[in-house]
Amino acid sequence: MTGPAGEPTNQPVPPAEEAEAVEAADGARAASALRRAWALVVVPLGAVILAMLVGSIVILASQVFIGVEIDPTLPLVAYWAMISGGLGSFNGIVETMVQATPLVLAGLAVGVGFKAGLFNIGAQGQFLMGALAAAYVGGQLRDQPALVAVSLAVAAGAFGGLVYGFIPGALKALTGAHEVVTTIMLNFVAISISSYFVSGPLRAPRSPFAQTLDVGNAELIVLFGRNGHVGIFFALLAVPIIWWLLWRAKLGFEIRTVGANPDAARFAGMRPRRLIALTMALCGMLAGLAGSGEILGRVGHLTAPYATNVGFDAITVALLGRANPVGILFSALLLGMMKAGAGQMQIQAGIPVEIVDVIQGLILLFLAAEIIVRRLFRIREARVGLEELATVTRSYGERSA
Amino acid sequence: MDALVMFLYDIPLLGLLFQFGGYVISILPTTGPIFLFAAAPIALGSLCGLMNERSGIVNIGIEGMMLTSAFVSAYAASLMVASGATVGGDAPFGASTPLIVGVLAAMIAGMLVSSLHAWLTITIRTDQIISGTIINITALGLTSYLNQILSKASPPNAGTFQPFIVPADIVELPVIGWFINAILNQRPITLSIIVLVIAMQILLFRSRWGLRTRAVGEHPKAAETVGIDVIRLRYRNVILGGIFAGLAGASLALESAGSFQNNMTVGRGFIALAALIFGRWTPLGAFGAAILFTASEALERSIRFVPPPGQLGEIMIGIPLQVYGALPYLITIVVLAGFVGRSTAPAAVGQPYERERRH
Repeated sequence: MTGPAGEPTNQPVPPAEEAEAVEAADGARAASALRRAWALVVVPLGAVILAMLVGSIVILASQVFIGVEIDPTLPLVAYWAMISGGLGSFNGIVETMVQATPLVLAGLAVGVGFKAGLFNIGAQGQFLMGALAAAYVGGQLRDQPALVAVSLAVAAGAFGGLVYGFIPGALKALTGAHEVVTTIMLNFVAISISSYFVSGPLRAPRSPFAQTLDVGNAELIVLFGRNGHVGIFFALLAVPIIWWLLWRAKLGFEIRTVGANPDAARFAGMRPRRLIALTMALCGMLAGLAGSGEILGRVGHLTAPYATNVGFDAITVALLGRANPVGILFSALLLGMMKAGAGQMQIQAGIPVEIVDVIQGLILLFLAAEIIVRRLFRIREARVGLEELATVTRSYGERSA
Repeated sequence: MDALVMFLYDIPLLGLLFQFGGYVISILPTTGPIFLFAAAPIALGSLCGLMNERSGIVNIGIEGMMLTSAFVSAYAASLMVASGATVGGDAPFGASTPLIVGVLAAMIAGMLVSSLHAWLTITIRTDQIISGTIINITALGLTSYLNQILSKASPPNAGTFQPFIVPADIVELPVIGWFINAILNQRPITLSIIVLVIAMQILLFRSRWGLRTRAVGEHPKAAETVGIDVIRLRYRNVILGGIFAGLAGASLALESAGSFQNNMTVGRGFIALAALIFGRWTPLGAFGAAILFTASEALERSIRFVPPPGQLGEIMIGIPLQVYGALPYLITIVVLAGFVGRSTAPAAVGQPYERERRH
């Protein structure tokens, strides 16, 4: 699976292969790139289609539950309402992008972890700590000039997430405590921490609810539509930056090598433990940015409890996007569209918004049971799985790092 | 006696410890029965995790398994009521046909969800943590979705099991009376946890099945060479483990809430995972951890309503209440990291097993 230096072979554009491709004819190059892209996309695409199909069976079956006569067109009506709600109008498209913004960043937080062979289930907690830090600094600087307030609040959010991601990373590096368990536990600790601060020291005076001060001038500017805030562009910008980091920078090469084969990385002179701590901190920072974007761009303050499911959504996004930054962007947009259009679906078709979560779970199920998708759609392309994942769960029972 | 207590309480620093002990003793008679009641779903969830992880399969999907079972049990019980089965009556524990059917349905639901986990992890060899994540996400989505749809018709309610009433003579026994009451003044699923934990402890460490399970969890290749069918044993254990998750869900729906609410497990499946780790992957240990975690919650509640008097009270009120909620998770991290006595998973957990092929 790996070359002499532990270079993983499942990357979209490996430098060596690219060099060969330059020599080949342009047409052949384009064709092979297309074929490779198709091989990457075909299974996720099939999984989404199958999930929608099974989702429509769930919609039909649920009519039996309540004893209404089955209307076979209902799934179509529901999906159409969802899609037109998310994409059918300018405001809908803006809402789709707003919904996708935290998913892109948190999805990257999980995806980058995958590349290093780490399963970051803690995006939820890192998101929350980023949100808390951004809400605190934003609230303190609410009367300062916007540029100062925004940049410091965003930086605080990123830092909050970074610290909270670094903790499980360092724990794994130093003691071997598996990050899956520690991040799950830290998610709940984050709820306690934020609830303490939001209902205690940081509670806005004279507010009937447990919430922090409004962020005032630290609010992200709305550029278009009702709530199309500038954070959308930060998320869009993060995609090429992370892509560059993973595929063009030395750090990314080391991250991928550790993910593919920690032993090879060690023999090549890299330091897996340091890299693990560093990668988790980076993941935490991305999730923290997602949290600050939500607080500064959408809500304006942090409440306790703060209802979000971004941690699990991020896992879906990262897996559907095959831990590839571009794939994560498109997956986040798909999920964002479903979330943005779910309200209209509920109003027009009477289908509870929770069907989005059902479809999300089904997408994951069909991604995991790839074999079903392959059989049904007669896919012959080679398997392009997440090889790094193999090292994730296997280390669960290991005695030390 | 009082003078001695006052003397002990006034010792600097150490006195605080005595004051704390005194406070705990003073709140135990009232909070005692709640302990086991709140700990039972967690301990049952841990037993589900134990069946998985001892045979080499990670299970972070306990939460989803419990949630699905809670929904199915409430729905099945409600269907039985709607079809005319009687509720109430003089049966022990207030048991009625709908409630019993609900418990059975929950056990079947737990096994079905576990079968999915088994198929994904053992046959398809999906990453085991992803499989758990799939179960959690799908269970939360599907149960909330169906609950939303069903609640439009406001389905009938089957009520809950009733606790066993300990005779007043026994409760009033000095010293041990409250303790007997704390254990026996319970609803049936909660009561069963004591039997189940002891049985599982014996089975796991004293039976042939237990030896084989532990072998498969620690070193499946070696187990296979002595003739144990690793795949079959793993399948059986994971699916049977679903029964425990099913009971946990039924306990939540039919012993405490009386109906299903969206996301009613609120993370108990993850606390169960924490208890399993804190209890070092043993039934008794996990049960003890579940009691300890519940105690932390119970302490929070009593401090809020009846804070301890004196010096200790001032200190304890000063501690943010959220600390008690976070404590179970924090000590799990500490134990996992090995700062205070290390807790390690069975060696083969997380590794998909592939039978060696003949060449």
